[in-house]
Amino acid sequence: MTLIGTSVKRVEDKRFITGKGRYTDDIVLPQMTFAYFVRSPYAHANIKSVDISSASEMDGVVKIYTGKDIAESGINGVPCGWQVDFKNGDTMKEPPHPLLVADKVRHAGDAVAVVIAETYAQAKDAAESVMVDYEVLPAVVNAKAATQEGAPLVHEDAPNNLCFDWELGNPKAEVDAAIEGSHHVTTLDFINQRVIPNAIEPRSAIGHFEGHNDRYTLYTTSQNPHLTRLLMCAFVLGIPEHKVRVVSPDVGGGFGSKIFHYIEEALVTWASKQIGRPIKWTAERSESFVTDAHGRDHVTKAEMGFDKDGKITALRVKTYANLGAYLSTFAPAVPTWLHGTLLQGLYTTPLIHIDLEAVFTHTTAVDAYRGAGRPEATYLLERLLDTAALEMGTDPAELRLKNFIQPFDGVTQEGYQTQVALQYDSGNYHEVLHKALKMVGYEDFRAEQKAARENGKLLGIGFSTYIEACGIAPSAVVGSLGARAGLYESAQVRVQPTGKVSVFTGAHSHGQGHETTFAQVVADKFGIPLEDVEIVHGDSESVAFGMGTYGSRSLAVGGSAIVKSIEKVLEKGAKIAAHKLECSAEDLEYAGGKWTVKGTDKSISFGDISLTAYVPHDYPTGVEPGLDFSSFYDPTNFTYPFGAHIAIVEVDKDTGKVTLKRFIAVDDVGNVINPMIVDGQIHGGVAQGIGQALFEGTIYDESGQLLNASYMDYVMPRADDLPNFEVDRTVTPCPHNPLGVKGAGEAGCIGATPAVVNAVMDALTPYGIHDIEMPVTSQKVWNVINGN
Amino acid sequence: MQVEVSLTVNGKLYKQNVEPRMLLVQFLRDELRLTGTHIGCDTSSCGACTVLLDGKALKSCTMLAVQANGKSVKTIEGMAENGALHPLQEGFHQEHGLQCGFCTPGMIMTAADLLSHNPSPNEHEIREALEGNFCRCTGYHNIVKSVQYAANKMQAS
Ligand code: FES
Ligand code: FES
Repeated sequence: MTLIGTSVKRVEDKRFITGKGRYTDDIVLPQMTFAYFVRSPYAHANIKSVDISSASEMDGVVKIYTGKDIAESGINGVPCGWQVDFKNGDTMKEPPHPLLVADKVRHAGDAVAVVIAETYAQAKDAAESVMVDYEVLPAVVNAKAATQEGAPLVHEDAPNNLCFDWELGNPKAEVDAAIEGSHHVTTLDFINQRVIPNAIEPRSAIGHFEGHNDRYTLYTTSQNPHLTRLLMCAFVLGIPEHKVRVVSPDVGGGFGSKIFHYIEEALVTWASKQIGRPIKWTAERSESFVTDAHGRDHVTKAEMGFDKDGKITALRVKTYANLGAYLSTFAPAVPTWLHGTLLQGLYTTPLIHIDLEAVFTHTTAVDAYRGAGRPEATYLLERLLDTAALEMGTDPAELRLKNFIQPFDGVTQEGYQTQVALQYDSGNYHEVLHKALKMVGYEDFRAEQKAARENGKLLGIGFSTYIEACGIAPSAVVGSLGARAGLYESAQVRVQPTGKVSVFTGAHSHGQGHETTFAQVVADKFGIPLEDVEIVHGDSESVAFGMGTYGSRSLAVGGSAIVKSIEKVLEKGAKIAAHKLECSAEDLEYAGGKWTVKGTDKSISFGDISLTAYVPHDYPTGVEPGLDFSSFYDPTNFTYPFGAHIAIVEVDKDTGKVTLKRFIAVDDVGNVINPMIVDGQIHGGVAQGIGQALFEGTIYDESGQLLNASYMDYVMPRADDLPNFEVDRTVTPCPHNPLGVKGAGEAGCIGATPAVVNAVMDALTPYGIHDIEMPVTSQKVWNVINGN
Repeated sequence: MQVEVSLTVNGKLYKQNVEPRMLLVQFLRDELRLTGTHIGCDTSSCGACTVLLDGKALKSCTMLAVQANGKSVKTIEGMAENGALHPLQEGFHQEHGLQCGFCTPGMIMTAADLLSHNPSPNEHEIREALEGNFCRCTGYHNIVKSVQYAANKMQAS
């Protein structure tokens, strides 16, 4: 049976459905203490004094550290992993982000001190008794406002709060001229609001220093334990990497927020050595809200020109990207190389220019959140397309079909070179849209909509046809774009003497199901039962190295590394088999778990060869014993999944409530290993995309307080807010990796948001408005309907 | 100060001294080491901590351990009987109703309550019943199917 392409049930499920998952907060170590952070209630303030005297006397307190202690210990702040330079070539502003701040707080939630105590409750009690005297200063929260004269400065050495400015695309003058000369120009001025990833498992970290061998272990809720280890050892603590083990056990969702190296990880690791005991920190949800990196937050003006036939002539974009108070690990890459580069979309737009300012504000840091830059690019393009169709009185589906890039497979036809640096690998954009239109029954829908309108009902349909870029690579290219890391992946395939296989991957699963899908690949290629394969991940002690999981890269990059190691195993296996079968390796073929001499029934099984490799009595000369190979895979290009999403909504005139009636998603993620898991990824992404469209968004007041910093106030989709999703796919293989896969983790979240907002706008056509700021809440819709 | 509390968890009687302010969820996780019950929030909004208290779904972060005195609690660890998975556990596995698994125990316990008083709920009823439980991974689509799977299976037997 072929396992690739089959909806195998997940092997990891068993521990989760029986309550035996092992998340960081579930781990208890002997002598463990608990940390609680003292955090600033103000967004911007000078710290005049920190008094720990009465807190230190309290029951159970082991130790209290303040920003001063950290400054005096010579520990560095957490580093940024990506550098983007100013247009004029100057290096971006990179202010330090200390583990605890000593003299100034820059966002509500900034850590000022940490209390370590025998119990969690004691640490929390004592933290409340740490007396911090603040001198409150004015704050700025909006990215565009922060660049204006006289705005409060977040960092003294970043004038106008500018971290960097940046541009990409064709010469600005050419784009300007094309826009001016266009038959029609559609303009949107909007905010792509700040959202919070909100993995249901709060972040947690346990630092454990053991004196007998001078070794540190950090258990942490991370999407990439090896990178955390590297950053923490080399840049923050200055401790030897080979003396540090980082374990990311089961992790309860990440969506980007757990990619980054956070101060708490380094702090518990360092402090554990100081006090000689393990220290656990687990975020309370209200703490997560103000310390987990946020996502999106762009202030954008976008203009798209069209000729009289409806062909796009040019796209001009100006964006202010909010980075928050400090530079999170990959923050500079998100609005630039993950956003500006996606502005081609699926369209043949001949001229594109983006001008961007990346800005510090007195808010929590912003970094990659599911999609990271690509949702912002897609939102901008797809809102422009539907709005333009409305303005020009054309059909939004027709307008897209007219502007799509023609199909290309990337094998016999070349990849598509965009105006914004990327070369798409393969695509058939017409097909996904045609399929989605068929699923939705487009012609019938328009008739139904017309009838509904006559009956006073507001039905709307919205489109989004997106492209995204996954598995960003190769390392040399991302290095030239400012990445301070490589973006390859490693995999070790260890065939045990009994023919069982252990696979060590540098990718990390926190819901994606790698323990199943990766095992499918291995079992399929070796022709052995799935149960004979185990996938090991998330522990720097067992996995040699890894770049972790984000950017929908795991299968395309990590899976390819596994395939490389599989090939090495089969190649060596063939040499041993040839010796045993007394033929040459070229005479052998491998299928069904055995090597067979071509054209004969002489064969030898995978298990026999495995045993022979470790018991090499009768063995070819010049071949080493053992059957265990490592590989690193550095892709030659990104992969480019794409798709068409269609939303149908009904708006209640009396209440403004938007009900999502149907959601259709046709995605092309290349070849599919496990359809069930891919569908699940799409469902989850779509739900988050809908969340941004209709429910989610931070609310900061002018002083920098996050007013909706709890699950009671920050609205996320619940079960009864969503319909069943109608998902399907087309398959356009990736031409440049061995599995032909592209990546599915973010697609749903990238495509869904504009489809939903477009649908609401379509429903509200009778009211003649073209935009409502996200989230499109009942209140906003009601106001529009009532002419407010 | 410590207070004695005695309660049955997954069929076993526990008598223990606890701090009066200790939440039931902390008691389960920290004292009994039943870590299948999770904590996702501090406002009783996420449902990750849901257990059955005398057969009814309860967010165990909303109750003090001492308030559970004399009561009977069932957690995810007590759902499988004699090595056989509960139909809901089976349903979540069969229908891919979980990804990261963090919300799953709470979802299963909430759904168990639903099925105990409504053995064949429709999609709408399932969505309403699960409305107090956040899942950030699945978009709920497959969770609904998982509960339907369990309902069908329990009806058939
Ligand atoms: S932890 Fe109890 S509802 Fe969130
Ligand atoms: S499976 Fe991850 S939160 Fe539900």
